[in-house]
Amino acid sequence: MIIPLSWLKEYVDIDVTPQELETRLFDCGFEVETLTEVGHGISGVVVGQVMSLEPIPDTHLHVCQVDCGSHGQFQICCGADNVQAGGKYPVALVGAQVYATARDHVTVEGTMKIKKGKLKGFESHGMLCSGIEIGLNDDLYPGAEYCGLLVLPEDAQIGADIKQITGLDDWLFDISITANRPDCMSVLGIAREVAAALGKPLKMPATDYKTDGTSLDGFKVTVEANDLCPRYQAHYVRNVKIAQSPAWMRRRLALVGIRSISNIVDITNYVLKEIGQPMHAFDLRQLEGNQIVVRRAKQDETIVTLDEKEFKLNPNNLVICDGKKPVALAGIMGGLNSEIKDDTADVVFESAKFLRDNVRKTSRALGQHSDSSQRFEKGVDEYATQLGLKRALHLIEELGCGSVTETCACEAVHADPTAARPLTVSIASVNALLGITVPDDEIIRILTNLDFAPSISGDALSVQIPPYREDIENAPDIAEELIRMYGYDHITPTFLAAASVTNGGRNAAQNAILKLKRTLAAQGLCEAIHYSFYSQKDLDLLRIPADAPQRQAIRLLNPISEDLSIMRTMLAPSMLNAVIRNVRRGNNEGGLFEIAKTYHSAEEHPSEEPEEREALSIALFDGGKLSFFDGKAVLEAVAAAFRLEFTYRKPEDAAKYPFLHPGMSAVVSLEGEEIGWLGMLAHDITDAEVPEHTVFLAELDLTKLRPYLCKPVQFAPLPKYPVEQRDIALLVSDQVICADLEAAMKRACKSLFSVKLFDVYKGKQIAQGKQSLAFSLRFRALEDHALTDKELDQFVAKILKVLAKDFEAEQR
Amino acid sequence: MDEQIKAMRQKIEAAAAAIQDSKEMHQLRKQYLDNKAGQISALMKNMRDLAPEERPAFGKVVNELKTWALEFFTAQDARLKAAELSKKNAAEQIDVTMPASAFKKGALHPNTLIANELIDIFAGMGFTIFEGPEIENDYYNFTALNTPKDHPARDMQDTFYVSPELLLRTQTSAGQIRVMENSKPPIKILSPGKVFRSDDDATHSPMFSQMEGLVVDKGITLCDLQGMLDEFARNVFGEGVRTRLRPSYFPFTEPSVEVDVSCFECGGKGCRLCKDTGWIEVLGAGMVNRKVLENCGIDPDVYTGFAFGMGIERIAMLKYGIPNIKNLFESDVRILSQFHE
Repeated sequence: MIIPLSWLKEYVDIDVTPQELETRLFDCGFEVETLTEVGHGISGVVVGQVMSLEPIPDTHLHVCQVDCGSHGQFQICCGADNVQAGGKYPVALVGAQVYATARDHVTVEGTMKIKKGKLKGFESHGMLCSGIEIGLNDDLYPGAEYCGLLVLPEDAQIGADIKQITGLDDWLFDISITANRPDCMSVLGIAREVAAALGKPLKMPATDYKTDGTSLDGFKVTVEANDLCPRYQAHYVRNVKIAQSPAWMRRRLALVGIRSISNIVDITNYVLKEIGQPMHAFDLRQLEGNQIVVRRAKQDETIVTLDEKEFKLNPNNLVICDGKKPVALAGIMGGLNSEIKDDTADVVFESAKFLRDNVRKTSRALGQHSDSSQRFEKGVDEYATQLGLKRALHLIEELGCGSVTETCACEAVHADPTAARPLTVSIASVNALLGITVPDDEIIRILTNLDFAPSISGDALSVQIPPYREDIENAPDIAEELIRMYGYDHITPTFLAAASVTNGGRNAAQNAILKLKRTLAAQGLCEAIHYSFYSQKDLDLLRIPADAPQRQAIRLLNPISEDLSIMRTMLAPSMLNAVIRNVRRGNNEGGLFEIAKTYHSAEEHPSEEPEEREALSIALFDGGKLSFFDGKAVLEAVAAAFRLEFTYRKPEDAAKYPFLHPGMSAVVSLEGEEIGWLGMLAHDITDAEVPEHTVFLAELDLTKLRPYLCKPVQFAPLPKYPVEQRDIALLVSDQVICADLEAAMKRACKSLFSVKLFDVYKGKQIAQGKQSLAFSLRFRALEDHALTDKELDQFVAKILKVLAKDFEAEQR
Repeated sequence: MDEQIKAMRQKIEAAAAAIQDSKEMHQLRKQYLDNKAGQISALMKNMRDLAPEERPAFGKVVNELKTWALEFFTAQDARLKAAELSKKNAAEQIDVTMPASAFKKGALHPNTLIANELIDIFAGMGFTIFEGPEIENDYYNFTALNTPKDHPARDMQDTFYVSPELLLRTQTSAGQIRVMENSKPPIKILSPGKVFRSDDDATHSPMFSQMEGLVVDKGITLCDLQGMLDEFARNVFGEGVRTRLRPSYFPFTEPSVEVDVSCFECGGKGCRLCKDTGWIEVLGAGMVNRKVLENCGIDPDVYTGFAFGMGIERIAMLKYGIPNIKNLFESDVRILSQFHE
């Protein structure tokens, strides 16, 4: 919200610098995002008088002798057609900064520094300026857009800085207003805060006007939808003479970024900025039936707004109608059919409160926004609704652009919008919340400045809440008013003096996840975080079939883009994309892991909250040396860290993992439950996305794994007798699975507690289709004695017998 | 006799002088000193052939020879072993400036590091950790936090919806309600997690992380809030860093404050990091709104509380000097591997 200092000064005597005012506003809750001088783009420009001038032959140029008072007299060459001896113009001295214009002398193209120059052999010490060149326009300074020199008034003091004369020394405060303070969305609103902060009286804008005694018979206003429009006021003004607004009004509108259109339109805009009340003016001759009706639109009713856009409406939209048709989209924009025209003579001014929610919804649904709708969306108070209309009628009178009639209508749910609301709070409770004691006299001072009419009786603080302060409801609100004006620097840090002692920290499961992350980092993997949403295209990347459960993703109703439109059902696509990104950036090797949620719709009960599962995704990649077992080692490190035993199997249905190498992929299980998968990325995807590289991917369901991560440590006593080891080499078919052999060996002998494969051989020494596997077998001793060689021989013999029977295994 | 002893001594010395290997020397030693087959032992056996009166003198010289030989061989052995060791060491000499064996450098994400740091600080003050769902009810994310459907504060956060009633939580404050509904004061929780807002530009990411803190008990004040945040600021940004409260607005707190920390880069004098203000905005906070307490069945006339919420990425970027929030989500291993515990 832009507030010009000069406008603010109309209501408060400000005796501090703009920078000091910025600090005071900041301290009481109004952050000034930018504070800029209106003429911030120029410097070194003063008033100069052309004493004499000589034309330069064969050019349109003149050589001028210019008096710049205390700055000196300079020879300046000038090409403007309106330069005259005795005229006073802005002079940019050597070293000055002004706006540069294009060849058309109108379009501003940045700024430039003035240097000494020479034109046609004549030295030029400075530049005579146009209004555009010093950043003015017609609204800011009448005549400023003339394509020649800016003519200054005769009484302008020679040598004076141009900024004071042209108002460029004014300051603009761009203030951010928090959502609870819509009453400050106006110059008057900020003026109230400034007055309170500086302890100065507030000078209210004039709202008096005289009526001409006439009236319009039978004119009436009906509010059918008073749930959406609690107050609607209309006033008829006749004998309107559409003309240009006075310079002061045009200037103020220009300072806040509004172009002057005509006196009537300008008045509505002026009241919007000054009082914060959006207004609208209808051309009475276009209103049929001598009436205004505020109602919900009928289904498929249409309206064409001022900007000539047509909208099809429904009963969620509020419209202002005459006796027959909609003439405005309530609070958003007037209809083209009732627009103020140059020959408009009879005007109905509208000042109303439309509910913020409805204006917002309609504005968004139709994609139609305006200064008015943006203001209504923040919330307008009825105090401003009434004040705004009075102010507009005063301005009609002041500008002499019409006569105010007796005809007015007011439909309102609440009779008196100026009534204050009484509130009594306990001073003790206010101080208890703050933790300090605000002295009673400070309470009275602050709340008086804020116009709360406070009084104190014992612990009871009674206030009258001003009608525009709809945000004030209870003691904490009063506490906030007090502390923001008393100063947050009065808060003295304490350390939960009164609170109970509590036991803090992560719980076991949270600690386990942290340990898991540290375990993976210790394996050389970097933790990654990826967006929780991706697109079906990312599932395409992994060749996930159309009917796979991963495709049943939760869709965002309003995604930023299609790329971020569905919630992740698995993490691997994001992980593979990360690998691809790394490889494309020349990072040829690395390891990544991510722990994140996956989201699964509760299909049968779509209204219920979806299931969120936790997953661990792992990726390793390099330039071709990586093996399946490097990746498996990472999972084994996880298992070891948590004292778990993972088992691995080739997937029964390889089609479930179309993105993995069919011969180098596995599912991983824990205690008989499948908890995830691992494997090398399929060749076709590797070749297409990361050629010449090798990628390992794995994903575990942490929700399934979690209960096992908190397993307590249990001491295992050392054996009384030594462990014995025997190595065996087996010749088996190369289709035999290592894990099956291991399991069979353990089944065959209870004393066998560890089986470790230490050598694999396939090749010339043995028959084709066979492999040689060498295992270290470790046997636990029996309870009462060390194993004898004979016993060991018996164990091995039994194991070999079982393997021969089940796997046709021969000892080598 | 003496001649014979002398000759043996010279023979030993000559033989030893030719030996450069400790194993050969050991063989030589055995040749003379072996209890059974050694030549010195053999001399002793000659004693039987001597007259009894000659025997003591003979025994004495042989024993002297034996003592001498033992010392001699021990010295020889030490000499050769020392030489051999220094030769071995010389042969095994390496260039210690050559690179170490390859190892892989893993790392935790900056967000995890910051979250851990915050959790450790607040855990010490008695906070437990609560993690709520990321797909939330409209009620928990907004309505119960005093932000009904028509509230303009909803404009502060552009929300992703998955259904009219379900959304991606825009703030970890949603967790406040779940905790307060299910537990009685004293409450001290910290709620870290991902949040989502429909915003994607140079400084905004549609997904980011927040850390929410909530304290509800008897007699909790705004002074307590600042005291706790001072502790946080000192721990995270360094000794001497102070906090500043300034008025702000959040629907679920009243009074609400923005919290700035004094610039840890320039100490408050003004620099590029703090945009010459001496202060850096790090979080929002306030006293829990009475209506929020009421919504959760906590009597606001008995209990008060405060809440604070901060962006984890923002803290990480400030603390580590990360220029762009996108750096945190693109998983470039050159970036990620920089962050260690």
